[in-house]
Amino acid sequence: MGSEITSADLRVSIGSLNLKNPVMTASGTFGYAREFEPYVNLHRLGAVVVKGISIEPRAGNPPPRIVETSCGMLNAIGLENVGVERFISEKMISLQGINVPVIVNILGDTLEEYREIAKRLADVDGISGIEVNISCPNVKKGGVAFGTVPNMAAAVTAAVKESSSVPVIVKLSPNVTDITEIACAVEEGGADAVSLINTLIGMAIDHRSRRPQLANVIGGLSGPAIKPVALRMVYQVAQAVSIPVIGVGGIETAEDILEFMLAGATAVQIGTANFVNPRASEEAVEGLAHYVAEQKLGSIREIIGGLILP
Amino acid sequence: MSQFQEKTQITRIERLTENIVRITLDSPDIASIAKPGQFVMIRTGNGKDPLLRRPFSISQTSNSQHFQILFKVVGRGTSLLAHSREGEYLSVLGPLGNGFRINCKSRNCLVGGGMGIAPLLFLAKTMLRKCPNTPPLVVLGARNREELTSLVYDFAELGLSAHTATDDGSLGHHGLVTDVLKNLDLGTNCTSYVCGPHPMMAAVHLFCKDRNYGCQVSMETNMACGMGACLGCIVPVTKGGYGHACTDGPVFDAKELVWEVK
Ligand SMILES: Cc1cc2nc3c(=O)[nH]c(=O)nc-3n(C[C@H](O)[C@H](O)[C@H](O)COP(=O)(O)OP(=O)(O)OC[C@H]3O[C@@H](n4cnc5c(N)ncnc54)[C@H](O)[C@@H]3O)c2cc1C
Ligand SMILES: Cc1cc2nc3c(=O)[nH]c(=O)nc-3n(C[C@H](O)[C@H](O)[C@H](O)COP(=O)(O)O)c2cc1C
Ligand code: FES
Repeated sequence: MGSEITSADLRVSIGSLNLKNPVMTASGTFGYAREFEPYVNLHRLGAVVVKGISIEPRAGNPPPRIVETSCGMLNAIGLENVGVERFISEKMISLQGINVPVIVNILGDTLEEYREIAKRLADVDGISGIEVNISCPNVKKGGVAFGTVPNMAAAVTAAVKESSSVPVIVKLSPNVTDITEIACAVEEGGADAVSLINTLIGMAIDHRSRRPQLANVIGGLSGPAIKPVALRMVYQVAQAVSIPVIGVGGIETAEDILEFMLAGATAVQIGTANFVNPRASEEAVEGLAHYVAEQKLGSIREIIGGLILP
Repeated sequence: MSQFQEKTQITRIERLTENIVRITLDSPDIASIAKPGQFVMIRTGNGKDPLLRRPFSISQTSNSQHFQILFKVVGRGTSLLAHSREGEYLSVLGPLGNGFRINCKSRNCLVGGGMGIAPLLFLAKTMLRKCPNTPPLVVLGARNREELTSLVYDFAELGLSAHTATDDGSLGHHGLVTDVLKNLDLGTNCTSYVCGPHPMMAAVHLFCKDRNYGCQVSMETNMACGMGACLGCIVPVTKGGYGHACTDGPVFDAKELVWEVK
């Protein structure tokens, strides 16, 4: 049985990026991967997506930054990161040794910043893909998030695409009226794939102190609580675009992944679950291999979009 | 750096008071390498709610086989833990964080408030072994006699007689631990190792700063991962920006932190 499982075909492709399995880790929940080395055989993962990087280092928001809510958590980290130069000189060096595709998540305050950071990363060795976080506010357009206006989302995508030599994944914000509209816009802008969803904006209040539980007042909701919303959005987007869709939101196990793949996802990312069970990603790969062997599938790809409707 | 994720068996549960509980876990991997001031992240249930692990200081280890946590029931997670049973298994990550840096060359003073006393027992034991010629002074504070009695006894078993302060005066000094510190002969070269409520740690920091004493504090923050991944556990540092309590701490040199002094 062991050999059946190791020989199970879990390969998927995101544009020109070939992965040995569909399981990635979500940005901001897996550090720079080395933190998980005591728990996970990193080389068994499909890919690792690292914490969002900006041109300049960012200190992030004041504490408290995280609070638990029912079946989930709110975070307002404020995109704390070491900035692109230190990322390249310190973090990337250590990532080059891990033997798993590394996808770098990027963010910016302006279109030019997105373009600049993509350029800076273009000739760095060991980067297999760029994931563009478009949930950030556009400071030149009154702070409206890039990801909420179709033409802004498309413009960011085109700017990054122009400057990159690796596949570009655009990460969609769920805090919009119609996510398919944004998905189509970024496909038009040249995205090689979309990943969704980023966190849902939420809030928690302590009624005794009458204060918000996060210093930033509002934050992003993640974890099992958001899975039904993510699943619905993946299902809708997969029908609207022809580029690969990467499902994110509340995924903990191989069963969750199967649901996202049935809804149309080609690959997935595991986020908050890494905090609860640092081995979640590797265990999910094992679970998928079992499933493929047990169901005698030729490949995991057979289930993508295989949802049977009533 | 070695860390483990383990199913550890509960070998003993003791209720020290109505809401203070001590759990002994069988975990040679963690017990044999843990240092005083380090902590573990424990899942309090198997379901999705509560979702995140809870951080607890390692309050004692024995024979490189067992370690203990000591906690107060304050919410759902701790309540679930308090209701677990001997023989059951808990999922534990650890040991995490940096731990205290023991300085055998100075007079040492352990200062604990409330559940902050938990890691100090482990620290006292280790100090007695590492610096047998300079046993530490121990100053403990809590709300009342009930909360302190069995902890004072634990230090007594190590041959250390604790100075105490309680909010209601039911045991030892009626007031703050800093009042007790002022009346102790600490000499000119002293290091304090402090864990407790934030205002207490701030007061001890000021006390030490005035006298040029060393001061190490163990910081409590909200934590999602305990291993440097979520960036949730920050504390403001004097050099600008933030330190991360789970990887740079939980023990910090008090001088490196920004204290809101009122
Ligand atoms: C490094 C570290 C070590 C710790 N060691 C110990 C220990 O040895 N013994 C111990 O009893 N506790 C310790 N704590 C605190 C402990 O983690 C919390 O009390 C626990 O997470 C509360 O979980 P809960 O689900 O019961 O409470 P929740 O339901 O999460 O919260 C219930 C109530 O408790 C309050 N609360 C939550 N977290 C804390 C906190 N960190 N401090 C004070 N109040 C809080 C909340 O504001 C809320 O009002 C430690 C914390 C850290 C960061
Ligand atoms: C603490 C934390 C930090 C995050 N940081 C980022 C980030 O830097 N960039 C990004 O695109 N998404 C970030 N995310 C969003 C996750 O990558 C993911 O989209 C979201 O949490 C939903 O997945 P989950 O429910 O599996 O966590 C972060 C999420 C959390 C919980
Ligand atoms: S608790 Fe997650 S980074 Fe410290």
